[in-house]
Amino acid sequence: MQYLLLIYDQETQWATMPEAEQQKIYQRYGTLTQDLQKSGKMLGGNQLQPISTATTVRIRNGKKLVTDGPFAETKEQLGGFYLVEAKDLDDALAIAARIPSAETGSIEVRPLVKHSS
Amino acid sequence: MDLAHIYREEWGRILAILIRQFGSFELAEEVAQEAFTVALEQWPREGVPQNPRAWLIATARHKAIDYLRRARRMDLKESDELVRLADERGEIQEEETMRDERLSLVFTCCHPALAVESQVALTLRTLGGLTTEEIAKAFLVPVPTMAQRLVRTKNKIRSAHIPYCIPAKQELVERLDAVLLVIYLIFNEGYAARSGDSLVRRELCHDAISLGRVLCELLPSNAEARSLLALMLLHDSRRNARSTDGNLLVPLEEQDRSLWDREQIREGVALTESALRAGDRGPYSLQAAIAALHAQAGTAGETDWQQIAALYRLLLIVHPSPVVELNRAVAIAMAQGPHAGLRLLDELEKRGELSEYYLLPAARADLLRRSSCWAEAAEAYRSALKLDMSGPERQYLARRLDEVEQLSSPAPADRDL
Repeated sequence: MQYLLLIYDQETQWATMPEAEQQKIYQRYGTLTQDLQKSGKMLGGNQLQPISTATTVRIRNGKKLVTDGPFAETKEQLGGFYLVEAKDLDDALAIAARIPSAETGSIEVRPLVKHSS
Repeated sequence: MDLAHIYREEWGRILAILIRQFGSFELAEEVAQEAFTVALEQWPREGVPQNPRAWLIATARHKAIDYLRRARRMDLKESDELVRLADERGEIQEEETMRDERLSLVFTCCHPALAVESQVALTLRTLGGLTTEEIAKAFLVPVPTMAQRLVRTKNKIRSAHIPYCIPAKQELVERLDAVLLVIYLIFNEGYAARSGDSLVRRELCHDAISLGRVLCELLPSNAEARSLLALMLLHDSRRNARSTDGNLLVPLEEQDRSLWDREQIREGVALTESALRAGDRGPYSLQAAIAALHAQAGTAGETDWQQIAALYRLLLIVHPSPVVELNRAVAIAMAQGPHAGLRLLDELEKRGELSEYYLLPAARADLLRRSSCWAEAAEAYRSALKLDMSGPERQYLARRLDEVEQLSSPAPADRDL
């Protein structure tokens, strides 16, 4: 079963954090990523640039509309993701609980649709 | 032959086995239903089989395999796997396995990834064997709404791959809390003083008690499960005394105690004592102990309020909540006099957490009435009546307001106005 773990946190908090603390958190992410790779559960993942870099595209009445910013303004912003292979939801939730941002923000766990190829 | 009885007893067991074999709630439910339909038609004619459960499981299994063979054309790989699983686990299960399967079903239905209202509905449908119509009626929602809720819930279990298993030890306690809560919510839904079909509500309490029994049977060494069963039995023992034929609420103090169900009280008290002896001091055991003290008092005047107040204090430690504080204040008032209780209510009121909760002004009104402060009591009853509550509770408080208004009848000078 594949799950996408969406990492939501407050960008401003991250931006104003002393560098030494940021380094500590990066280290924890590094350990988690390594563990997932070793156990064969890591399919992908990365940190995202802040929402100030986001652009949203919509086609309406055949016309392309490009706007600055994310599709919705939220208190916590999507800041990164993991794509993992997990046994079941409990397994995926256990991985999500290890993501450092779970302690300050929220991790949304979404199963992927299995399309038969 | 009482097929209805067999249905109630066996539905959860059969479903649990079928879900394990076929990995699908929908398919299991469908074929279990079909097996009961065949039984309804065949048994009166040919007699009840020696082992009805085994017969029902075998019949349902055959239906499921037929169904999967037919569906094979649509999804070859998946149905092959299911047929293989069914063959592998074909033998009728041992009691022990049966127990584990039902426990897996409880924990899946009460998985924290499901909304609590969905947990409640699915538990009633699968373990309780209630129909969608019955559940909808019990929770006062339209049948299509409830049907949709059940479909969505099963859909999430399937799509998100919520496991069908008993949680590992380190998670068991936390997950068990959710299961206990679901059963208690079902009970409270039935027990709440509400207008509406009292028969449906009574059934809901019985369903919750049955589920509580199942859980005790499945986890015989768990004292909190035993305490929850005790608590429900003790509350439910007062059912016939709690309201008049006209659905008017009768408060504990005024209930005819000869109407209390002695057998249920005996069982509830024994379960409470055994849980307390096992060292359980969890929220359900403390609440059961309080309920047991009420149940054992021969008259309202003989109630051991001192000990009840002490138990509420312990309950506040394990389960801090302003509602528990309110109950403790009332117990202290009953033990030491209204003024001690009123002081605690003042503090609670200042904190404002219960500003929308009618029982806070209602408790104040009651204590003022007991102190013969009629005008102030009337004021407090009026504040309570401004807040949300059920019909029977509103009627009760309105009756009280009437009483104290008459006692504080206006001075002659006012009457001339």
